[in-house]
Amino acid sequence: MKQKSLIDVLHDTQEEEEKNYLSRNKMIEIAKTTKISETKVYGVSTFYTMFSVYPRGKHIIRVCRNLSCHLSDAEKIAEKLKEILNVDFGETTEDGEFTLEESSCLGMCSVSPAMTIDDEPFGNLVVENISEILLKVKEGSKK
Amino acid sequence: MEKIKSIEELRKLREHARKSLQVRSGEAKVKIMVSMGTVGIAAGARDVLMAIISELEKRQFHDAQIVERGSLGLDNEEPVVAVERDNKTVFYGKVTAEMAREIVAQHVINGQIVSEWVIAKG
Amino acid sequence: MKIYRIHALICAGAQCIAAGGNGFEEALKNELKKHNIEEEVSVVETGCMGACQLGPLLVVYPEGIMYTNVEAKDAKEIVEEHFLKGRPVKRLMWKKEGEEEFPELKDIPFFAKQTKIVLRNCGLINPEDINEYIARDGYKALAKAVAEMEPKDVIDVVKESGLRGRGGAGFPTGLKWSFAANQDSEEKYIICNADEGDPGAYMDRSILEGDPHSVIEGMMITGYAIGSSVGYIYVRAEYPLAVRRLKMAIKQAKQAGLLGKNIFGTNFSFDMVLMMGAGAFVCGEETALINSIEGKRGEPRKKPPFPAISGLFGKPTIINNVETLANLPVIVDKGAKFFKQFGTEKSPGTKVFALAGNVNISGLVEVPMGTSLRKIVFDIGGGIPEGHTFKGALTGGPSGGVIPMEFIDTPVDYESLPDLGTIMGSGGLIIMDERSCMVDVAKFFLKFTVDESCGKCVPCREGTRQMLKILERITLGRGREEDIDRLEKMGELIKLTALCGLGQTAPNPVLSTLKYFKEEYLAHIIDKKCPAGVCQFSALKEGRKKHEAKIAH
Repeated sequence: MKQKSLIDVLHDTQEEEEKNYLSRNKMIEIAKTTKISETKVYGVSTFYTMFSVYPRGKHIIRVCRNLSCHLSDAEKIAEKLKEILNVDFGETTEDGEFTLEESSCLGMCSVSPAMTIDDEPFGNLVVENISEILLKVKEGSKK
Repeated sequence: MEKIKSIEELRKLREHARKSLQVRSGEAKVKIMVSMGTVGIAAGARDVLMAIISELEKRQFHDAQIVERGSLGLDNEEPVVAVERDNKTVFYGKVTAEMAREIVAQHVINGQIVSEWVIAKG
Repeated sequence: MKIYRIHALICAGAQCIAAGGNGFEEALKNELKKHNIEEEVSVVETGCMGACQLGPLLVVYPEGIMYTNVEAKDAKEIVEEHFLKGRPVKRLMWKKEGEEEFPELKDIPFFAKQTKIVLRNCGLINPEDINEYIARDGYKALAKAVAEMEPKDVIDVVKESGLRGRGGAGFPTGLKWSFAANQDSEEKYIICNADEGDPGAYMDRSILEGDPHSVIEGMMITGYAIGSSVGYIYVRAEYPLAVRRLKMAIKQAKQAGLLGKNIFGTNFSFDMVLMMGAGAFVCGEETALINSIEGKRGEPRKKPPFPAISGLFGKPTIINNVETLANLPVIVDKGAKFFKQFGTEKSPGTKVFALAGNVNISGLVEVPMGTSLRKIVFDIGGGIPEGHTFKGALTGGPSGGVIPMEFIDTPVDYESLPDLGTIMGSGGLIIMDERSCMVDVAKFFLKFTVDESCGKCVPCREGTRQMLKILERITLGRGREEDIDRLEKMGELIKLTALCGLGQTAPNPVLSTLKYFKEEYLAHIIDKKCPAGVCQFSALKEGRKKHEAKIAH
């Protein structure tokens, strides 16, 4: 069997990092241990949308931007999230709790509009429930 | 689990598994199946599952087996809960936590199907 | 803990008490005392059982018999007949009414017109228990293949079945296998492409979540056929539940000795590696996926050489889609003839579609190939929400196109759809009514392609960007008449020159909407109107005013 793929290594490293990202030092370290050049490690890290080379929040919110969600007014959900969190896509809240991201499709068309927070899927979203969901996630992680 | 070393063993295991599936539904009086695919969970299946568990505990009913399953495909009706009791399976659609509690009380424990929420029988 | 022979549950909800439940409980306890079986029967007061109109209620275990409308005078009969002699009192037992009126699951319209081969187990078995898969003929096909068939026979059956790749392109699976089988190489690989990224498509995820073993078995059959002993499953990282279920399934298959060395005591060994993607749509393209598994940027490679000749780590590699693989156990177990009875001559079998958008019943639908779009949308999907009319169905996601009402009777198969300027794709089917603007839809998908283009080749990287610019202009009311011509020319050029399938098909949504909905484009360009009312031209004016005000300051 071949050695572990760089993608797997990057996933593992990012997961261990509290701020959900690949720091410069970590990338250099990975380059050393895998004997892949630093530029290549950086190149791969920046190619995939799930890797970040900048610090992110504790929780990653991914809002589905697919057509089905688009047809069912996902735009309003996105606006509401931006309003509550006071961030734009790709940004992290001041308290470091949430990073807001877009996803091309989460495959939950039948319960659109949809989003995921970390690994948890949320469907049939309505603007009124957004803050409640965020609060639940925030409190859940404190336990 | 024992390793399956031959086709004969696979056949035996298949026969056994088939029977145990039947027996199992006889053993535990009621089998409650919650559709727990991503769509189901996004529609609230996890809350439904928690409600079922807590209601069973509250009512001290231990004769039910809860099984998580994949999606049936009828996403529109998610969360879908199927109750197998007295050799009959009934599917409930668009189940909420409150509905789940009532399904436990009426159907799971008392065998009375909550007709208004049924989408089909199995 | 004390063991009781009988549990008698008395409903102590407010309504049952109001209906006289209390009097019954006392009477029952008296009867028990009289017959000296207090130690054998536990009387429990429960909360409301919910069937208030039938109260007071009594439920007796272990039989689970429910007595309804019980009165104090019934206690004697219940204790003497049921508790002592084991004969339930029929006259008081609850009658199950109306139950026969429920339709069978398979008879409700949504399921009645479906044919389940790929989704045969989804929703019906516990995906986290290998025994349930085995009970439903799981791993039987693998056993048959390795014990009774030569690898060549397996390839022949698949060839004979006419199975075509369900990932979108529809290439004959058996033929692809034979290329790799003919390669003289010590190492060969099987890859399961579970990087399902087409917006609107989630069939593969449902299979992985609902019946992971069918995919594992399919991969092993492929491995046996082409002479490979290692399989990779490349799953989208956006599907954490599918990843979890697959992990569990692989572990259980290993424990059962179904995955590993000398399977069923034969010389065939197979091992499996699960790998997660990292959010790049282009990795669904097979050569980009190979690069990603190798730990590189997920950029497509030039073809040829095709992966079947030189793929993962430069070795012969077969890449099959999840749905294709899930078909294999059925084909090998039941034979090519069984499979061919479904679908059309050139596209045998079934196809799973993810039905979504403006349709009454959304969800996963498995129908024989060649089923008409009308049947899928109106018979199975229950039609368009009331008060609205069907406008178009989008197949193939960002690589496909829109099918308008006039072609709704077209059979959905690999031959008919390209004639309409769209593709089968992996199975996303988004239904739109008159509230959707076709220019907006085209823009939406082009934006998607621009975002997801890996940037390796110029036509895809720059061409789609320019097309998007034009579309944005049109949806803002600043379109020019020559834009239509320009879009068509650029679209054709990108189709001809892009490196991989993603780029080559990227213009399809634009070209197909231009073909069928040209007047809608013209309305945007000439009349500065969006007939569907989606595009907001006024927003532009306000934005411009703000901008101008800013400059003035």
